[in-house]
Formats: sequence, structure tokens, C-alpha cells
Amino acid sequence: MPGIVERSRKKSPWLFHINTGSCNGCDIEIMASLAPRYDVERLGCVLVGSPKHADVLLVTGPVTRQMYPRLMNVYRQVPEPKAVVVVGSCATSGDVYAGSHVIEGPVDVNIPVDVYVVGCPPRPEAILKGVAEAVQKKFGG
Amino acid sequence: MSEPKEIEFEYSRLVVPFGPIHPALKEPVHFKVTVRGEEILDVDLVLGHAHRGIELLAQERNILQNLYLTERICGICSHTHTTCYAQAIEEVKGIQIPERAAYLRALIFELERVHSHLLLLGVMAYEIGYDTLFMQIWNMREAVLDLFEEVTGNRVHHSMNVIGGVRWDLTPVMALRVSRVADGVEDAQRRIRTAFMDRTVKKRLVGVGVMSRADARASCLVGPTARASGLTMDVRKDDPYAAYSELKDDYSVVVSDGMDAMARVDVRVRELAESVNIIRAILGRLPPGEIRLKESPMRAVKVPEGEAVSRVEAPRGELIYYLRTDGNEGLRRLKVRTPSQANFAGIRQMMVGGELADVPVILASIDPCMSCTNRLTVVDEGAGRQMNVGLDELRRRRASTS
Repeated sequence: MPGIVERSRKKSPWLFHINTGSCNGCDIEIMASLAPRYDVERLGCVLVGSPKHADVLLVTGPVTRQMYPRLMNVYRQVPEPKAVVVVGSCATSGDVYAGSHVIEGPVDVNIPVDVYVVGCPPRPEAILKGVAEAVQKKFGG
Repeated sequence: MSEPKEIEFEYSRLVVPFGPIHPALKEPVHFKVTVRGEEILDVDLVLGHAHRGIELLAQERNILQNLYLTERICGICSHTHTTCYAQAIEEVKGIQIPERAAYLRALIFELERVHSHLLLLGVMAYEIGYDTLFMQIWNMREAVLDLFEEVTGNRVHHSMNVIGGVRWDLTPVMALRVSRVADGVEDAQRRIRTAFMDRTVKKRLVGVGVMSRADARASCLVGPTARASGLTMDVRKDDPYAAYSELKDDYSVVVSDGMDAMARVDVRVRELAESVNIIRAILGRLPPGEIRLKESPMRAVKVPEGEAVSRVEAPRGELIYYLRTDGNEGLRRLKVRTPSQANFAGIRQMMVGGELADVPVILASIDPCMSCTNRLTVVDEGAGRQMNVGLDELRRRRASTS
């Protein structure tokens, strides 16, 4: 069937979440968006276990020195076309960790970013909106 | 290490790397699990992936800024960290917070314990493949988060503490809502307990990750993990802080002799009920008055030179802060010992002899918080190299373990 891949990507973006040294706040809000209150699965989003299956990369955390090579590795493994959504203030700008000697971030210094979701941590609704915007921007949904 | 000639090569021996990015882990940590078939022979832990250099950053910032920095050590127990930090600063300054503020601190503390325990129980249900229970528990947790939002303005990082008190007061309407959610939690607690008593669930949890009382003491475990091994320890009782000295008759320390993952789950489920008791006692006896000392921020940072140790009972166990002020608005040293750091000492004991499939269950049963723990570990610049698990690694491993 022609166009089925593009259509699936638009209607059901698969997400991969990588924590690059965040405080857990954003990660818990991402998990909360899977819980019954927000339930992203009803919108077609699935959190997958491998970056090779993903369309959208959710990045949290200020990119610590230890996680920097892993972030680059994961980014390379996500197949094209891919969207990157940065979740949280510390992933966007460094936030309270700015100036730390072990921070290689923020994320956009290292990889191209499509959507920034700011907040410390952002609410699950904001994360959902960020994913929706990224899908629209990259996959034309 | 023994003589190289005596090495018996076991080709069935395999190192399975877990993490730092793994579907079963929500946070970066790296485990090297050595297995023969399904049996776990050895476990090694590599920390430091979330090391953000917070202790060093704290020395560069002033005392008020550090309140926000310490809050962001951990997203699950943020109020715990700020309470511990504020207590230490208040001790150095020699100030007494108003009684109402102490009660409100304890209230948020217990709500945080409820939310943290619900989170862990949900994750535990998820790890054993009981997704329905995971969804149910996390739905209950949202009610507690709504409460946080209503009382403090934030779902995760509450920003409730200031030096010398708390930021927001509890209005009668909020108190009513808190008591309604407390009823809900009590009801949910009963249902969760029934669900975890299920025969199939027990098969996954009973006898898994056994930690005897003597070993728990020797490994210096803390919090629910220690209490599930029969050790009676709780900072709220042993060294009361905030309003806990006045609340000590309203709850009891939950101890279990089960010593396995089931016991650790059971302790947390029963602690939910105890937290509800504390919350009700606080609502019943909330004293009137000021919620913080009237002091401008410019004066709040004026702290004389001195040092203090402060400890609190975080949802995961005993949290200790040591700090030394420089007499000039800043800190000379901040040292944090988080409960997960203490509990990782027991992880090898719990895992060795078990099965590979039990690794996530055992890990979840100690409720590890990587973002707390990693910040205490010195980053080894060469640690990236340790990730490569290839033939060399296997060979090195054989040489060093036999």
C-alpha cells in the first residue's frame, strides 16, 4: 500500500525516551502521561524500548559527560526521518545545573532539536503538545 | 586474584550488561550481571551517569539559590531534600520555625511519601507484568499530585520550603480536599494490599532478593528496605524533626520479617496507611499562627559561619545533609548522603544466587533513585570504556573472578 509508512508515522508516532542525567521529574511526568489520566496510547503514541523502532526522541536532562556518548549513539540509531523533542528546562538551557563542570549540554548543542518543552518539569499536557507539534513539523501530520 | 594457571574457563559464564539505556530502567545506571544459564553469579554496578556536580555547584552559589538546587537533586522526593537543607541552615542560624510551619512541612512530607510509595508500587506491578495494577495505582497517584498542585502550586518540584518556614498556607478548603484524598488513599491501600496478596503475584515476589537481618545491618541498609529485613529504624521516631515529635503517638514504624521482595512491597503498602494516619493527625491538630519568619531574603542569606548535620526520613530511608557555611552568604561544603546510595550496598547480596529474570524485580524492590545516587559518585573519566562488553571484557572478567 503506498504511503502507509508515512500515514502510520503521522497517526501513530513511536516515542523513545532517553534520560541524560535529569532529576527524574520530567521522566516521571513522561511516565504519568502514559498513566490513565493522560493516556497517550489513546492518541496512538507508544513508548518503545529501542531507539531503532522510534520516530520521536524525547530527551530529558542536561546531558552529563557520562551520558553524552550514549545520547549521540541513541540519536544515530533513530532512523530518518526523526523528530527530537527536548523535555524540561535543564535539557533546554541547563537550568540550575548551568555552569557545572560535568555538563556537556544543553541538548541542542549536541543534536538538532525540533521542539522545546520548557518547565521544571513541564506538565504532561505540555509534553503531549510538544510531541504533537514535532509530528506536525517533521512528518506533516 | 589466584595464579593464572589455575583458571578454569567456564564458557557458559556470560556478562549481561543492563543499561545505562534499557527499557527496564527509567534512569541511567549500568549493571554488569554475570550469569551461568539463568543463575546470577555476580553483579557489578557502574554509577555516575547522572552525576551533575551538584555538591560543587552548591559551593559557588548563595544559600537561597541552593534551596532550589537541592530541590532538583531528585524529582520524586524534592520536598525531602529542601526540608533537610533548610533544617541545616536553620540550625546554623539558630532559628526556630513557627509551629504551623513545622506541621505543614510534615504534611507535605507525608503526602510525598504517599506519592513516592504509590509510584514504586506501580513500578513494581509493572515489572512483574501486572499492568492493570500499575495503571490503577498511578491513577490514584494523580489525585495526590493534584493536591500538591493545589497546596504548593507545583506537581513535582513543590518549592514549599523557605529558610525559616514554608511558602504557602493551608486554607480550610484545601484541608478538606486533603482529608478527602487521604480517605481515597486509605481505600486504595486496602485494594492494593489485596492485589499484592494474589497467588500469582506472590510467586514472583516471595523468596526473591532475600536479605537477612544480620546482612541488612552489616550493609547499613536504610528505610523500608531495612525495615523489611526486620530492623526497626525510622528517623521520624529516632530523631524527630519538623512536627514529628508531637505526632509520634499517631503512627507506628512498620517492620516485617519477610526479608524478601514481597516484604519490601508489604512494608510500603502498610506505610501508606501509617502516612494517612499522620496526615489525619496533622489536619486535626494544625496549630494557628504564622507560616514563616518575617524576614527579607536579603537578611535570610546572612548566615554566620558554622556547620550542621541534618537528617530526615525520606520515602526511601534516611537522608543526611552535612553543610558548612562560610559566613558570607555561601557554603564552603555541602555533603549529601541519600538513602539509595546506602541501599545499593545490599544489591549484590540480594541478587547473587537468584535468576536473571528477577533482576528488575529486585532492583525495583529497593526503590532505587539514580538521580540521587549518582551525584555522590566521582565521575571516572575513563568509565566510558567499561561499557564495551566484548571478548576482552569476558576474558578480563574470567581472570579477575576466578
